[in-house]
Amino acid sequence: MTSSTAKPMSKFSNLHIVIGLLLLSTVYVTICNLMFAEGSAMHVSDYTVSLFGKYLCYALLALAVDLVWGYCGILSLGHGAFFTLGGYAMGMYLMRQIGDRGVYGNPDLPDFMVFLNWTEMPWYWGGSDSILWMVVMVFVGPGLLAYVFGSLAFRSRVSGVYLSIMTQAVTYALMLAFFRNEMGFGGNNGLTDFKEILGFSLQEPHTKLGLFVATAVALCIGYVVCHFIVNSKMGRVVTAIRDAESRVRFVGYKPESYKVWIYVVSAMLAGVAGALYVPQVGIINPGEFSPLNSIEMVIWVAVGGRNSLYGALIGAIVVSYAKTRFTAIMPEAWLFALGGLFVLVTLLLPKGIAGLLPSIIEKVKALTATLIGNKPPTATEKQASEVKS
Amino acid sequence: MIVDKSGSPLSATENISPDTRHGVILYVEDVSVSFDGFKALNDLNLYINDGELRCLIGANGAGKTTLMDVITGKIRPDKGKVSFGQQVDLLQLDESEIALAGIGRKFQKPTVFEHLSVYENIELSLTGDKGIWASLFGKLTGEQQDRIAEILYTIDLIKECHYPAGRLSHGQKQWLEIGMLLAANPRVLLVDEPVAGMTGQETERTAELLTSLAGKHSVVVVEHDMAFVRSIAKKVTVLHQGSVLAEGTMSEIQSNPEVIQVYLGEEQG
Repeated sequence: MTSSTAKPMSKFSNLHIVIGLLLLSTVYVTICNLMFAEGSAMHVSDYTVSLFGKYLCYALLALAVDLVWGYCGILSLGHGAFFTLGGYAMGMYLMRQIGDRGVYGNPDLPDFMVFLNWTEMPWYWGGSDSILWMVVMVFVGPGLLAYVFGSLAFRSRVSGVYLSIMTQAVTYALMLAFFRNEMGFGGNNGLTDFKEILGFSLQEPHTKLGLFVATAVALCIGYVVCHFIVNSKMGRVVTAIRDAESRVRFVGYKPESYKVWIYVVSAMLAGVAGALYVPQVGIINPGEFSPLNSIEMVIWVAVGGRNSLYGALIGAIVVSYAKTRFTAIMPEAWLFALGGLFVLVTLLLPKGIAGLLPSIIEKVKALTATLIGNKPPTATEKQASEVKS
Repeated sequence: MIVDKSGSPLSATENISPDTRHGVILYVEDVSVSFDGFKALNDLNLYINDGELRCLIGANGAGKTTLMDVITGKIRPDKGKVSFGQQVDLLQLDESEIALAGIGRKFQKPTVFEHLSVYENIELSLTGDKGIWASLFGKLTGEQQDRIAEILYTIDLIKECHYPAGRLSHGQKQWLEIGMLLAANPRVLLVDEPVAGMTGQETERTAELLTSLAGKHSVVVVEHDMAFVRSIAKKVTVLHQGSVLAEGTMSEIQSNPEVIQVYLGEEQG
């Protein structure tokens, strides 16, 4: 009896493939960047390296959105807020690393504070010169916002469209707040003109490569964490919440606690993505809070395939790459293209690109099998053999 | 947090177990619920004995489902008292706490987790720690796996155990939901229209299952199908316009002139 109810094990796990591919491509880019001279066909330029680094940040962010939307059904249109808060935590640290090399040469105050005639640093800039503090804030800042917002919203059982609008309002409000100079985060210019991180110059190609590798590693860790969560009973509970929240309640779980928890984890992942993004692009400003960015994140996940972790990665990278290409050719048409893509995917590919993969893999398998000469077992034969075993 | 009537916390599971020294497991006293002036429940009194199988019947709008909503914490009554055993005040608890205390519910429309497999549906419903950390790091023990298999066997879904629940037939979903109730091992099962949409044979097996559960559990069944009620009921309560009209054995009910007039009369006429 037990053997027939035991879960079927898949031969190879998606986790191994995704992590393997990620690490392989990281190593490949690293080698091609370092070993091959410029002009060689194999060379990967420094520009491309930082572009890839940016894509990987987006991929981590998409993972965070997928966790709450794809698995728990919380459509957050404000995940950019967590991303940007993580980015600001990193930005503050990088600002302090400038020291007296700023335009005004003030050893104690960042340039924008000197410009505003401030004489001392606001209290919340207190620990920002410590790397440890920065790392803590990357997690705590977005996590705390998610906890407070999530507790309020989920405990009063706000869901669906209302929740989405509220998340959007939160990120919009933060954008307006951060635009103000009095907030002490550099107003509409944001934080920029960074010099170095951990003593390495941000202009150095090797630092950029290092950041790219660090992002890839962070993405791998994030992926493993998400994989663990969605494959634990936790993952099944949140899926159940997505499908029938009141039933979950009558089974004895507290959906609010689960939602808050997964929302906080997701916010922290987004924060890490933001923190890694800032040193690679060299600036963080309130524009990142724009609701438009948050909507774009949702489109990444929709295109890649929600309810599939690797789908989110694929979606983020594919759409961002398309954006890079498209905005170079016709910048003004990009938003139309993005909207069109969203409509197309919703209509034709409800499961996104990831929904296509299994059938493609089946076809490739069948093709290779016919090439080798032995027929693959059909679905019914497979089932029959499973029943026998 | 689960509290008793005086508001002091009841943390250990043995404290939540209802006090049934008077033989009654569920007290519903003077409960009224109104929606925009419409009285869905009107000073309703109902006592369910420990281990009995009770059928609730009544015309549409008589308040059967509202009563279930009140007992399971979905609706707060305007006035009245609902307690589990003598001491656990259900009006202090929310839905998940009531479920943990030992009152399980099957909905009128079968509600299962469509994207999870049949096996996982049962797994989530098992008794045990429903907290976040337990869900994150917990593993099924051998005992729990055996329990799941046993339930799947009872509800005859062992062959379908890896199917997504959404692919089951209507009758199978009803059974799965009953299985989920069994997994939670509640003291009281509230079963709303268990045989709606079932074939004759399925109905018969459901009747057998529910009868076999009585004794170990207290079972309250709401059902429209009079033949089904007749086949399982020892004691029947008739609701009419939000209060109890009559209570007794099936034959007593059938000969009660008031009942004949308001309910059975319609069926015969």
